[in-house]
Amino acid sequence: MRKFAALMHARNMEFVRDRGNLFWNLLFPVFLVFGFSFAFSGGDDTLFKVGVIGNSEIVSEFLQEPYLEKIPYEETPFALDKLRHHQLDMVIDLQKSSYFINDDSAKGEVAENLFVSDDGAQNFSRKEVSGEPIRYVDWFVPGVIGMNMMFSCIFGVGWIIVRYRKNGVLKRLKATPVRALEFISAQLVSRLLIVLLTSIVVFTGTNIFLEFMMEGSFLNLILITAVATICMISFGLVFAARIKSEELANGLMNLALWPMMAFSGVFFSLEGTPLLLRKLSRIFPLTHYIEAARAIMLDGAGLADILPNIAVLLGMTALFLLVSSFMFKWE
Amino acid sequence: MSSILSIENLSKNYGKVLAVDNISLKIEEGICFGLLGPNGAGKTTTIEMMEGILKPTTGRALFRGKPIGPHFHQRVGIQFQSTALQDFITVEETLKLFSALYSTHRDSEEVIEICSLGDILKRDNRKLSGGQRQRLLLALAIVNDPEVVFLDEPTTGLDPQARRNFWSLIEKIKKEGKTVLLTTHYMEEAEILCDEVAIMDQGHIVARDVPKKLLAENFDGVIVKLPWMKNNQLPDGAVQVDDYIEIHSMDIDATLHHLIHHSIHLDGLTIHAPNLEDLFLKLTGSSLRA
Repeated sequence: MRKFAALMHARNMEFVRDRGNLFWNLLFPVFLVFGFSFAFSGGDDTLFKVGVIGNSEIVSEFLQEPYLEKIPYEETPFALDKLRHHQLDMVIDLQKSSYFINDDSAKGEVAENLFVSDDGAQNFSRKEVSGEPIRYVDWFVPGVIGMNMMFSCIFGVGWIIVRYRKNGVLKRLKATPVRALEFISAQLVSRLLIVLLTSIVVFTGTNIFLEFMMEGSFLNLILITAVATICMISFGLVFAARIKSEELANGLMNLALWPMMAFSGVFFSLEGTPLLLRKLSRIFPLTHYIEAARAIMLDGAGLADILPNIAVLLGMTALFLLVSSFMFKWE
Repeated sequence: MSSILSIENLSKNYGKVLAVDNISLKIEEGICFGLLGPNGAGKTTTIEMMEGILKPTTGRALFRGKPIGPHFHQRVGIQFQSTALQDFITVEETLKLFSALYSTHRDSEEVIEICSLGDILKRDNRKLSGGQRQRLLLALAIVNDPEVVFLDEPTTGLDPQARRNFWSLIEKIKKEGKTVLLTTHYMEEAEILCDEVAIMDQGHIVARDVPKKLLAENFDGVIVKLPWMKNNQLPDGAVQVDDYIEIHSMDIDATLHHLIHHSIHLDGLTIHAPNLEDLFLKLTGSSLRA
């Protein structure tokens, strides 16, 4: 335990005293949150977004209008959640000849007027839902926290261990009674604390100004962040297991990170993307984190709701740890 | 005396390259043993197999007569040829870190005193000079109060002043009765510090004994050195070595008389007793620092 504590303390000191790295870890996500909040604050004024359930070929001219974006849904409750959060202006259920409007949405009212003036819509029954709008920044902030966590874990553990191996720090530790498990777990816990702390600082700091929507429990958000962080660190350890070249490690890490960042729903929703892409996105730990964090923040999901995400992340963690411990070499 | 370290028929291959070729050694407890040789002779590979860092291709390394076991690194201290230290932590923190890695360790004040680290305790590892850095690495090698200290070319790259300071630290460690295994290609270092030496070349041990005995067995008389010149009147046995003429002289008076008698210029002439460098040259036909 003394060895573990000493190694962890040394790594923490290294991180905290590396001012450039520290500020990057704190300021980069803050810039992103404010930057994207500003960039998307104007909203999308030119389109109506209409969720459509059922075959849209059979109905009205309204659905053929070029200023309207149709988004097909298979399940009504899912589409209605989007409507409640003002992510859709209207939902039309063609199978049941009904349409749904959010009574708090002005755009929804305009869309409704256009729809009911169409002959094809005369037999449709009207239903209402209600709910506060979700700003882009509310939706975006779990993605930023997740992305920052991903970079911090994979580079802060994976790349650092590769550097230690290349410059001989690992060889020097090998010449002491320290076991690989003690060294690795010290790195893991050190980074877990750092990521949790920076995530909390970034979240609370930006929340003062932007007041994010928070429907669920803060503790659940911290829990899923901790589980995802351990998973990401374990993923980083796979790269760190035996690569000696920083350049190679850098290349391989980027090869894994960029697709994960692009297709985990950090910047845009995967709804409406091809099924293959949505299925592919399930292999990324970041997808499961962002999905669970958004569910907590925006839908008020409880622990039971995010258990499947936690289970997947823990399963991935076990797999990554198994592979990295099997492959690990000091030199 | 009992042997604290020994190696039996040790070999190491790197692909098709045979770095160490079937060598055996026994090192007695409490001595400073020098492993000498030029770059690429196999010194570092040998010492790292003895340290339990490298796995031999064949043969084995023993500590107190038994194969290296799980507690070996608790009982030995190692200074590698090149080691980076963690950035952004101080000398004092580095010492504390390494002290915590051992189940027993000696008093930090003692280590700081032996390795003269008192003035640089608060200094970041990144800002240490070459000499300060080697002193810290030596401190890390003795922080666990080891029975054996392995030092792999500890003074390479240091200026002459820092090198001499480092020798005095090794002398202090020797006085504590610890066994020191030192590799070097500085012959002066080996002559000053080592009780016994083994000379390696191309993966083999070509000679092994107490330095004075080795020299006595291989040389009589002195060596006269002159800058290279083309002259047919040089005494018998004169050979060209690099830019010099070397004359092994059994009778210095007669040799000098011969040179003066034949009007050979004596500018740059030096006379010295044979040393380990000369011995290596004699045994292998090449310079130690080649």
